[in-house]
Amino acid sequence: MKILVPIKRVADPDNANKVKLNGDATEVTSEGLEWKLNPFDEWSLEAALRLTEDGKSKARKGEVVLVTIGPKDAVAQIRQGLAMGAERGILIEGDDKALDANVVAHALKAVVEKEQPDLVILGKQTADGDSNLVGTYLAELLGWPVANFATSIRTSDDGKNLTVVREFDTGAATIEVQGPAVLTTSDRILQPQSIKNGITPDDFAYPESEGGRYASLKGIMQAKKKPVEETTLDALGVSAEPQVSYVQFALPPARSGSTTFVESVDELIQKLRDEAKAL
Amino acid sequence: MTDVLVVAELLEGKVRKNTLSAITAAKTLAGDGAIDILAIGEGAAGAASELTGFGARKVITAEIAGGYTSEDYAPTVAAVAKNGGYGAVIAAASALGQDLLPRVAVRLGAGFAPDVSKIEIEGGKAVFTRPMYAGNVIGKLTVNTPVAVVTVRQTEFEPAEASGGASPVEAANVESSDLAARVSSKGIEVVASERPDLSEAEVVVAGGRSLKSKENFESLLEPLADALGAGIGASRAACDAGYISAEAQIGQTGKVVAPKLYFAIGISGAIQHLAGMKGSKTIVAINKDKEAPIAQVADYFLAADLFDVVPELTEAVKKVKAAG
Ligand SMILES: Cc1cc2nc3c(=O)[nH]c(=O)nc-3n(C[C@H](O)[C@H](O)[C@H](O)COP(=O)(O)OP(=O)(O)OC[C@H]3O[C@@H](n4cnc5c(N)ncnc54)[C@H](O)[C@@H]3O)c2cc1C
Ligand SMILES: Nc1ncnc2c1ncn2[C@@H]1O[C@H](COP(=O)(O)O)[C@@H](O)[C@H]1O
Repeated sequence: MKILVPIKRVADPDNANKVKLNGDATEVTSEGLEWKLNPFDEWSLEAALRLTEDGKSKARKGEVVLVTIGPKDAVAQIRQGLAMGAERGILIEGDDKALDANVVAHALKAVVEKEQPDLVILGKQTADGDSNLVGTYLAELLGWPVANFATSIRTSDDGKNLTVVREFDTGAATIEVQGPAVLTTSDRILQPQSIKNGITPDDFAYPESEGGRYASLKGIMQAKKKPVEETTLDALGVSAEPQVSYVQFALPPARSGSTTFVESVDELIQKLRDEAKAL
Repeated sequence: MTDVLVVAELLEGKVRKNTLSAITAAKTLAGDGAIDILAIGEGAAGAASELTGFGARKVITAEIAGGYTSEDYAPTVAAVAKNGGYGAVIAAASALGQDLLPRVAVRLGAGFAPDVSKIEIEGGKAVFTRPMYAGNVIGKLTVNTPVAVVTVRQTEFEPAEASGGASPVEAANVESSDLAARVSSKGIEVVASERPDLSEAEVVVAGGRSLKSKENFESLLEPLADALGAGIGASRAACDAGYISAEAQIGQTGKVVAPKLYFAIGISGAIQHLAGMKGSKTIVAINKDKEAPIAQVADYFLAADLFDVVPELTEAVKKVKAAG
């Protein structure tokens, strides 16, 4: 099975409260913050790796190709993914400010047409833009099914048919999908038994983890030699234009008031009743 | 300003309340234009009667049997939107809205303003405000295409009130979809609860990893929530650990809530959790650790072991309520 995993770098999401704005508040700047792989994409990548290996013996049984549209420096996140185990990378040069879901999805479509993967697995959202659009856009452009917010994936042996459980805000919805298809992952996709590929023994369970696997030293060494193709939107024949423009940014106002430390349940009740008028 | 199509969200043949927030947003966006409401899915024809009292020019129904898939619904929504010549299509930014509308947008060649918290009309053009970076940046955007597709945050738009009147109901053509044959819905396990829906609850009691088990989570938080008439939420860690189902998750990846009163019980207050609750009016934290980041947003902080104080709190709340 061949899986394409689109990834994006984001300013360290655990320090998102430290991003700043430029002088006229038309740009978000993240100076001083480290670039990280979008956590949702890290989860998708881990899911893709699990789908293309024998979890027990760790033998690779398929191919995972990473793709990012962004500045040249974003090759660092591709190398990180290669060190985790993906086989190849594609860097499409693009200026973050000139990208929106429309441009990104058209670029990904061009890559899908070239690479012909069985699956594309994306994050449901990026931790910076929080847009939640690209996966479904891509599916619609390709005329493929999409299974958004996947929390469990089971594939047939050849990877052509999928049973996916999706997390909706009303409950868990199960669908059967005939590939090729687009998937986006929810934050519970890495539960020990979430992914079954017909190769890994059915009773095998991955260890509990909050993120993707760590790259081994060997993985990091190998990643340096794995191929990363560099290309451009023009070379891919992508002429799509952004359909939305961000005109202004602001930092949210701090919550008014300060924290009152209370000593007892009685004091809490009294404050909630008399001061906050919340009871 | 323009005519706007609202896509109603149905669950088991009933209109979800988030639709009323979408109607309010649509009215702002429409200005002197008309709004129409589309009810689509199984039971749409029946649900239409819930939608005729909000001053819409008409309510459009598209009855589609079987479970929801975007593949099945999108062609009909897009056709209705195209035929009606609307300047905008709008729905709630729920999982369903976020699943369905991007397909519709591509079909319409329309730019998308997702998860919008405010709509303003400036010089005849709509400016959409939305939280980004887990709520740490507020962005304003404009849509450059003739049609805009918009999803709105339920907590940021008051539910529309019925204004009397009776919009006429008409049935739309249901478009067939070749793609739909490649996806079959095996149904949704709707989590039934007697409690108020999290997104609508006036009080939310939320618990974290520190509750340590499903049994503790239930035996400590349910009586407190009962006493307060509250909805029950959770951190991601608590959902991942299976203390409560995923629908209870509050935060960047979960639900956004803005109740009058929010209790964060044994929740550290990670950035991603704050993203879903810092709009609450009064925030109470119960946490052993005074330095926990939840202190940045808490109005009241009880530094204590939750296993000691939550039962005491429950009794105290009961007394206050009994005293009226
Ligand atoms: C991309 C991304 C998206 C995410 N989305 C979400 C989201 O939507 N929602 C969300 O909640 N998280 C989300 N997370 C996870 C988030 O980063 C935190 O890991 C999570 O919120 C932590 O949950 P917690 O507060 O229950 O656990 P912990 O961080 O482990 O905190 C437990 C707290 O309980 C306190 N405590 C322990 N014992 C007791 C006791 N006996 N009495 C009182 N206090 C006690 C501790 O002092 C501590 O503060 C996301 C993470 C990522 C990377
Ligand atoms: N610039 C990009 N390059 C590659 N993939 C991207 C890019 N932007 C978004 N994606 C993918 O699309 C998903 C959803 O992003 P979004 O719709 O922007 O929230 C992400 O999790 C990525 O998998």
